[in-house]
Amino acid sequence: MPGTSSPRFLTQREHAITAAAADRLIPPIDGHPGGAALGVADYIDGLLGAFTFDPPRIWAGGPFSGRAGGDASFEQFFELSRLEELAWRTRIEGSLGMPEREFNGPVRGWQQWYREGLGALGDDFDAVDADEQDRRLDADPAFKKLFYEQACEGAYGAPEYGGNRDLAGWHAIQFPGDVQPRGYTDDEVSQP
Amino acid sequence: MSSPEVDAVIIGSGPAGSTAADVLTAAGWSVVVLEKGRNHLLSLDAPYVPLGHVSNDEIKFMRRHFLGPDPFLEPRTYRRHDTDGDRLFSGDVNNLPSTVGGGGFHADGKLPRFRAVDFKTHSELGPIDGADVADWPFEYDEMEPYYTEAENLVGVAGKAGANPFAEWRSGEYPMPPGADMYGAVLTTEAAERLGYHPYAAPTGVNSVPYDGRPACNNCGFCAFYGCPIEAKGDPVAPLRRALRTGRCDVRPESYVTEILLDATGKRARGVRYLDTNMTPQEVSADVVVLAGGAFESPRLLLRCGVGNSSGLVGRYLMFHFQTLVVASFPFRLHAHKGRAVTHLHDDHMIPDDDSRAFAREHDLPYFRAGIVEHGGAGFPILESVHLPPGEWHSKLMLESPMRDRLLAFTVQGEDVPQITNRIDLDPKIKDVYGEAAGRATYNLHPHELVASKYYAPKLEEVMRAAGAEWTIVAHSPPIEGEGAAGALGEASASKHIMGTLRMGTDPTTSVVDPMQRLWDVPNVVCTDSSVFPTSTGYGPTLTLVALAIRACRDLANLPPLRSDRSSTA
Repeated sequence: MPGTSSPRFLTQREHAITAAAADRLIPPIDGHPGGAALGVADYIDGLLGAFTFDPPRIWAGGPFSGRAGGDASFEQFFELSRLEELAWRTRIEGSLGMPEREFNGPVRGWQQWYREGLGALGDDFDAVDADEQDRRLDADPAFKKLFYEQACEGAYGAPEYGGNRDLAGWHAIQFPGDVQPRGYTDDEVSQP
Repeated sequence: MSSPEVDAVIIGSGPAGSTAADVLTAAGWSVVVLEKGRNHLLSLDAPYVPLGHVSNDEIKFMRRHFLGPDPFLEPRTYRRHDTDGDRLFSGDVNNLPSTVGGGGFHADGKLPRFRAVDFKTHSELGPIDGADVADWPFEYDEMEPYYTEAENLVGVAGKAGANPFAEWRSGEYPMPPGADMYGAVLTTEAAERLGYHPYAAPTGVNSVPYDGRPACNNCGFCAFYGCPIEAKGDPVAPLRRALRTGRCDVRPESYVTEILLDATGKRARGVRYLDTNMTPQEVSADVVVLAGGAFESPRLLLRCGVGNSSGLVGRYLMFHFQTLVVASFPFRLHAHKGRAVTHLHDDHMIPDDDSRAFAREHDLPYFRAGIVEHGGAGFPILESVHLPPGEWHSKLMLESPMRDRLLAFTVQGEDVPQITNRIDLDPKIKDVYGEAAGRATYNLHPHELVASKYYAPKLEEVMRAAGAEWTIVAHSPPIEGEGAAGALGEASASKHIMGTLRMGTDPTTSVVDPMQRLWDVPNVVCTDSSVFPTSTGYGPTLTLVALAIRACRDLANLPPLRSDRSSTA
């Protein structure tokens, strides 16, 4: 999944625009890779295309990733219950007029939101200068907020979800990530 | 539609329901536990091992509702006043996990006892205008053996005598305290220099192997996460004990729609619920134990019209009013290591001459705040979404001004009981099962605001003495008229919820009797924090567990527990 060359939901062009936008929201600087290099576009594509995987890419498994000992089990994602699938399909795909998804009214899904939001950023988004990119991102504050929060998840979440490529997000910010089953000693907790 | 007859059907599998299952099955009863959420806690087949679902994963637990309830499937609504219209918003309102283990699953397990005065606030401190301050129908001395039993059953780490304000206790804690977090070493030293009395928080997390479970290994993914190595005792310990009797049948993904009454209307004969396929089922039982928590328990009673001859079901909703004193330090604090909070102090719950004078200036006879939790900040996604996007984002993430350099005092301020604060049914919003969503109508009393105004500057002084460069004060819920809600949202961020099925000695002014039975339907017993007449300033969990032990022993005709003050630890 990380670094995939064939997106699950986004088109290749949308994927490129997503990466460029991620670099404006999380810019590359000395010591901190940008959103593009961190794999934010793969993360967002993995979320929008979560139901193209079986089991769907909603909740990574447990209890351990293998990075701090134990067997690597995050990669085996959870099966969803019928209601959990209803919730996550509605969130991602929208309610699409289906009564079982509209018990409190219609829901606009993230897929539609991204398709329209990335479309509004423009096919040339990755070619225009930074000021113009900022202007276009600021034109739709609600989409920018959604995108930014999910970009942050992609930059600093567990890599099994498709982002945080090579753990570069955690390394940059001196965050050790998941540490079970090793944990920390009492001295590591109490000392400076 | 046929289910085996059982002695008790228990609605909810959190600390309240798990404790009931433990006590009743130990007494030889058969129970069915109905839990609307999924099971991620332990295998329901012998030997009841952990399922391995829990992990150090910020996306899963903090961003994607792994423990439920999913606010799309089970929205709650919120408003401050009746005049706000039907609601201010719909979504997550004080959501506690909806999963086998309930609210105990995600808590970092601070389990303090109340003090004697907390059971007699009205008679010892007096009334407050605009609130219904009440005594509990029993006193601390009667509760002491149940506290001891609860601490031993859950497994609480602490040290007798560490808190000079604590009440007498008949024995030492079953385990010594765990590791002090570095930030709390700084803040406790500063607090002591300024005359306060911080102590190692009594915590339901193993500091040494206990009850067949390992010691905590300080992974840091604690509050709001489950424990991957089950070092947290609540509620896995009572639930496993109940399962081991062979008399406890836990049914996850079972949503109770109705408490069924017999023809007299004064006796429950069981419950109706939707199973995992949304197929209606019934369980008949001699006793119904209501343990859905102080939001869901009154909601269920209101939906099925049970227990409300007083008109008080849902009323006297109380949260803890949180005052957060946040301080920035010029060095890294690594609060991601270890438990979320390792120290508390109680000084701000004790009225003194100065605080009474301040109270009188604000037309109050007195006020009390609550425990002060000495804690650190959060995780990287949480930090990043609260930093600005763009140029500053990456620079700030390298510096980590919040995650790695903030300490916070969280005051769990006592919230006085107001009859207008309540849970009722939203007139329009529904859950996925087609039932009316619960709605909180909740506004602060001046008591909470004045207490916060008095104590917050004192806590800022402690932070500065500990080396902070700057401090800010925030509140949850936000104070009306003081700007946008901010990161903590419009509703109360405290996960402590109480009241709503008030316990008392008069059926016209309370919903349950002193043994927590509905006055109207005495074979329905509520074992969660709905029954609390007042909120005190302490976390509710240990007290609700102790109360559940007391009420369920009474149900099972076991003698009351006694303790001897002369054996004080």
